Amino acid sequence: MNNVATTSGVRRPTDWQSDAMQKRIAKRYAAERRFKALGLTAIVLSAGFLAFLLLVMMGNGLRGFTQTELPLEIDFPAMTGGASASQYEGPDADAKLRALGLQDIVNTSIELQYGDEGTELFSGGAWRAVSNAILDDPALLEQTATLSLPVESELDVAYKGDGNPEAERKVEELSDQLGTGFNWNFLGNSDATDPMQVGIWGALKGSLITMFVTLALAFPIGVLAALYLEEYAPKNRYTDMIEVSINNLAAVPSIIFGLLGLAVFLNLFGLPRSAALVGGLTLALMTMPVIVISGRNAVKAVPPSIREAALGVGASPIQVVFHHVLPLALPGILTGTIIGMARALGETAPLLMIGMRAFIATPPDGVTDPATVLPVQIFLWSDEVNRGFVEKTSAAIIVLLIFLLTMNAVAIYLRNRFETRW
Amino acid sequence: MTDMQTAEMADNNSPSTESTLSEISAGDGPPKMTTRNVNVFYGEKQAIKDVSIDVNMDNVTAFIGPSGCGKSTFLRCLNRMNDTIPIAKVTGDITLEGEDIYAPQMDVVQLRARVGMVFQKPNPFPKSIYDNIAYGPKIHGLATGKEELDQIVENSLQRAGLWGEVKDRLQDSGTALSGGQQQRLCIARAIAVDPEVILMDEPCSALDPIATAKIEELIHEIRGKYAIVIVTHNMQQAARVSQRTAFFHLGTLVEYGVTSDIFTNPVQDKTRDYITGRYG
Repeated sequence: MNNVATTSGVRRPTDWQSDAMQKRIAKRYAAERRFKALGLTAIVLSAGFLAFLLLVMMGNGLRGFTQTELPLEIDFPAMTGGASASQYEGPDADAKLRALGLQDIVNTSIELQYGDEGTELFSGGAWRAVSNAILDDPALLEQTATLSLPVESELDVAYKGDGNPEAERKVEELSDQLGTGFNWNFLGNSDATDPMQVGIWGALKGSLITMFVTLALAFPIGVLAALYLEEYAPKNRYTDMIEVSINNLAAVPSIIFGLLGLAVFLNLFGLPRSAALVGGLTLALMTMPVIVISGRNAVKAVPPSIREAALGVGASPIQVVFHHVLPLALPGILTGTIIGMARALGETAPLLMIGMRAFIATPPDGVTDPATVLPVQIFLWSDEVNRGFVEKTSAAIIVLLIFLLTMNAVAIYLRNRFETRW
Repeated sequence: MTDMQTAEMADNNSPSTESTLSEISAGDGPPKMTTRNVNVFYGEKQAIKDVSIDVNMDNVTAFIGPSGCGKSTFLRCLNRMNDTIPIAKVTGDITLEGEDIYAPQMDVVQLRARVGMVFQKPNPFPKSIYDNIAYGPKIHGLATGKEELDQIVENSLQRAGLWGEVKDRLQDSGTALSGGQQQRLCIARAIAVDPEVILMDEPCSALDPIATAKIEELIHEIRGKYAIVIVTHNMQQAARVSQRTAFFHLGTLVEYGVTSDIFTNPVQDKTRDYITGRYG
């Protein structure tokens, strides 16, 4: 003030070069630099955490996709008494192999090669690996074959460097024979009690079916509700109340939705417990408010001039909505849907309430079959005492993240497609 | 509100300003649209007070008046665009070819096809130029095949004087055109559904003088094929493009007559004051 005000009341010309001015400029620059530095720090920190998380998970999880194997020589002609390959082809070959006593054949072969206690080295599912190998190539039955079979869980953990002393001693003894192979079982099997035999496919399929049910219900209902509320509903006390309720619903803790699903879908409607249908319904309830809210915002953002233009050439209200408003709002609606679905995919608590935490050893074939989903599977495995489950849990997390990224990528692709078309 | 305006409002309510039939007539021939004693309310507020005007085929009718005088509101009554505003209420009679457009059996959608509209801001659909024009004919089933539709698109663009500029890029987005071109596209879009009346709500207010000149030229060319009603607050424009002019003030119709008379020899003092730029 002292450089402007004068005793006579006449304004002196401002001195833009004065010390006070220079100081002010320096202060402004400093403030901007500070702000930039803070923002950059925040980004670097969060990126660092993310990278750390991913690295740790990859480090643990990738081992879950491999298994430790021991070679086993099986003299099939001698063991089976000369079974011919042609007998074991076709759809029921699996049952025929069982009837042949394949498990005993494998165990006998193991004892021949690794001594009386040899069977303890191998995973209980080793004979299944043999069975699968024969199903792939029946000609094996007519020769002496050497197959790499999964070892027992503690040995597996020890070979990967995290085992108990006894298992580590065994690993040293066998070190020249042990090897690592890709664990196809993990991608093809379902839950099991033996960590060497568990697989993610059952939970993955359960998640797929559940998400499908959720999307099929929440998306159309959510979009229609958003369109109705924005385009048709009169603005009065009732619609205000509905709006408040929807906003509140979006903030309700997910476990409450689980209780609701338990009370309504299971107890009232008597739908099957643990089913993907009930899980999907429950998650749809949870996802719908998110879609409605984002949908309403997207619809609101469509310029009124487009509506007027369409009305002006004589489009009916429904034509205005479906030809003009909806296509323009779709990218925004899809963004909301991605957020809602991503949340639903990672949701565990409500699914526990409706019984989707059961031990599911066969993948679900339909919406009413007992199923579990990836996050619940992760939760269950992380609770297991057996050390073999640690890496399986991490591997399941990787599968969940890949699923999530794929789902989002598809949604973003769709969104961009709609954006460019309009 | 100044004392002068308050006084004027009081004056408007007196019976002496009620229009006689000769004052509201549109000129030669039967009127295309007639309006009698139209009142429009937005909730409690009355936006239009007792307006009666006829519009006919041969003339371009201009509505002039200061901002907020209700000329756009009145225009929007003519194709019931006011229906989209929940609190708007219209009373009085408005007819198109003798049919009451506010009658319950009147189909609003068809009415809006018959009474097309061009808006203040160019508002092409964010679709291709072709689809912009073809949309109206498609939803009304005006074309039986692709060829007929192509023909309608070409004719409409030609009438709007846009064909030469866009014929090689019909698949480009309508929003990629310049402002003036967009507005002519909107006129072509209105023409494409073969309307009887075209309402233009300040069609040039967002355009530069050259684009404005083109639109005015276009209005000259399509005059006679459609009854045209144009709202403008550019008085020179009203003088240039219209044959009939209506002067609105504070929701009332002050004067309606032949454009040259309104501009050279207005009957009402208020009209003269507005035209000579004393207020508005």
